[in-house]
Amino acid sequence: MNPHRRSPLVKIAAFLVYFFLYAPIVILVLYSFNASRVNVKFEGFIPNFSDTIEMDGSIVKASPCGPFHWYCDLAKNDDVIDAASNTLTIALTSTIIATIIGTMAALALQRYDFKIKPFSQLSLYIPIVIPEIVMGIGILSLFSQLFGWLNSALDLSGDARLSLGMATVTVSHIAFMVPFVTLVVQARLQGFDKSFEEAAMDLGANEWITFRRVTFPMILPGVLSGALLAFTLSLDDFVITFFTNGPGSTTLPIYVYGLLRRIVTPQVNALSTVWILIVFTAVVALQWIQSREQKPTAHS
Amino acid sequence: MSTEFAVELRDVVKKFVTPEGHELNAVDHVTMQIKNGEFFSMLGSSGCGKTTSLRMIAGFEWPSEGEVYIEGKAMGHTPPFQRKVNTVFQSYALFQHMTIFQNVAFGLEMEGVKEDEIKKRVGRALEMVQLSGMERRKPRQLSGGQQQRVALARSLVKTPSVLLLDEPLGALDLKLRKEMQLELKSLQQQLGITFIYVTHDQEEALTMSDRIAVMSKGKVQQMGTPVEIYERPANKFVADFIGESNFLEGKLKSISGNEAVVFVPILNAEVTGMPMAKDLVNGSDVTVAIRPEKIRVVENQSGAGVFKAKVGTSVYIGSDTHLYFDLNGTRLKVMEQNRISSLDPSTFYVKDEEVLFTFPPENTLILKKD
Repeated sequence: MNPHRRSPLVKIAAFLVYFFLYAPIVILVLYSFNASRVNVKFEGFIPNFSDTIEMDGSIVKASPCGPFHWYCDLAKNDDVIDAASNTLTIALTSTIIATIIGTMAALALQRYDFKIKPFSQLSLYIPIVIPEIVMGIGILSLFSQLFGWLNSALDLSGDARLSLGMATVTVSHIAFMVPFVTLVVQARLQGFDKSFEEAAMDLGANEWITFRRVTFPMILPGVLSGALLAFTLSLDDFVITFFTNGPGSTTLPIYVYGLLRRIVTPQVNALSTVWILIVFTAVVALQWIQSREQKPTAHS
Repeated sequence: MSTEFAVELRDVVKKFVTPEGHELNAVDHVTMQIKNGEFFSMLGSSGCGKTTSLRMIAGFEWPSEGEVYIEGKAMGHTPPFQRKVNTVFQSYALFQHMTIFQNVAFGLEMEGVKEDEIKKRVGRALEMVQLSGMERRKPRQLSGGQQQRVALARSLVKTPSVLLLDEPLGALDLKLRKEMQLELKSLQQQLGITFIYVTHDQEEALTMSDRIAVMSKGKVQQMGTPVEIYERPANKFVADFIGESNFLEGKLKSISGNEAVVFVPILNAEVTGMPMAKDLVNGSDVTVAIRPEKIRVVENQSGAGVFKAKVGTSVYIGSDTHLYFDLNGTRLKVMEQNRISSLDPSTFYVKDEEVLFTFPPENTLILKKD
């Protein structure tokens, strides 16, 4: 028997994998154009503005946005805009800080020997393997203990009291993002020949110029993919954010969760679609950077 | 302060700790004086300490003991970017994200050379290595040989007083390597820069160098001109590492000046040769070293200095024939040039046939047994 002949089971398995991967997304996107206010049955696309339609028993004029009615609705929803801007602010801030810390950690782990190095390396995996909910509870406990203690020690009261909010969400995001950035940059550094740095120094560059002109540009693809990975993780994060957010720091996942508890309108689908687009773009960018990175060099 | 030496290593030791926790002298009390304008090679197999020595001159490593001097100045912990030496790396270490021009210009930029001056000097450097017109390319768009030249230009454009080369031709194929050897040598003579060249290839070292330091186990085994090293190896290691040698065991009978008489049991005869160590004592065990090409096959001759052996195998390699004689159980290698054109050279030497051979005493070296 030809060992290379593929069993039809392979095709079926592949179909099932892709079906369960993409069908929910397709349906989700489809429902964001649903003519019904209730998100359980697809009743056709929202017609154009000129038509009048019957919606939930009453005759209404169709939306000026046409099929994109729910998207327009979304844009008018201040809570969504706030949640989106919170999400992006947190994601950007934490990505920048986590990328800097993570890259420095990767460089330190690669080039220096220090007593707690095995411990540091191991610590990188802890936030990855620990269940997010455990980490979320842990961070929450830490913050409430710390804030309780600080508030009484500094005698803060009223608005001055330290409490959960944007800062706590950002800090906890940084905490779980750093290991991802470090591991990605470490992978990039694995093939990094130290003779590049030696060559730069040999040609008269001091340590800082060597880093800025040679090391950093060479590891930049790794740093960027680490940053993008961290960014998408932050955009998506629900569990840790759920425990560490406070008034005024609602992110999109938290907001959607709140909506779902009341009523599921196609607005949620519209929001999810926009969101998928953003994350998908980031992932494509990540793939593109990684494929560029893997181009072979002539002499290696 | 002017000094005769471009680079000097004084009693330099470099200690490393092995993964098992042992301390190891990668470079073990090495002293070298490299003259201005000299093409100096450090030759040895991997792990002999040659690259570590070079890296200590460049400033990538600091000696555990001893001192490195460049142009008479003790270097101490001077960082690489403050040393007047430049390195050509085995891996070339070209900056992949920069063009060829940017690579070569990098060192001048660091010196703060003005832009138009940089342009001029980079142009000249690339011309010197025959790469004009490649300025805008990226390193990975060039062949191995071209990348090697860029690495050379990048170092030479800084007009260093000493150029350090760490097996720069290691990644090239044989033909290109031979070409580059001659090119490097003529470049060095033309520029008058001191070259310190690290290689494991003895032929390369012999071809290019003014002087060679043969290294093994962190120590300098012998330092001298190519001819000295080949013709007058200081010990068995050098005799074996540079070229090939047949070693026969013997007992020293007498020694006077440039002549030593040794009884060699396997030949059942006394052999005269050149003593290569000063502290040889009558009656001590010694090693007689004979180069394969110094042995001559003779016919119908007898008397002192002519010995009998049996033909083992003969290998035809084009320019030469390598013969392996069986000398009472010991293998003796003999090299003969194929002076006569023949389509079937195997007829000259038939296996198990008896042959007579001789070797002149002035080509026989008497070494200390180790």
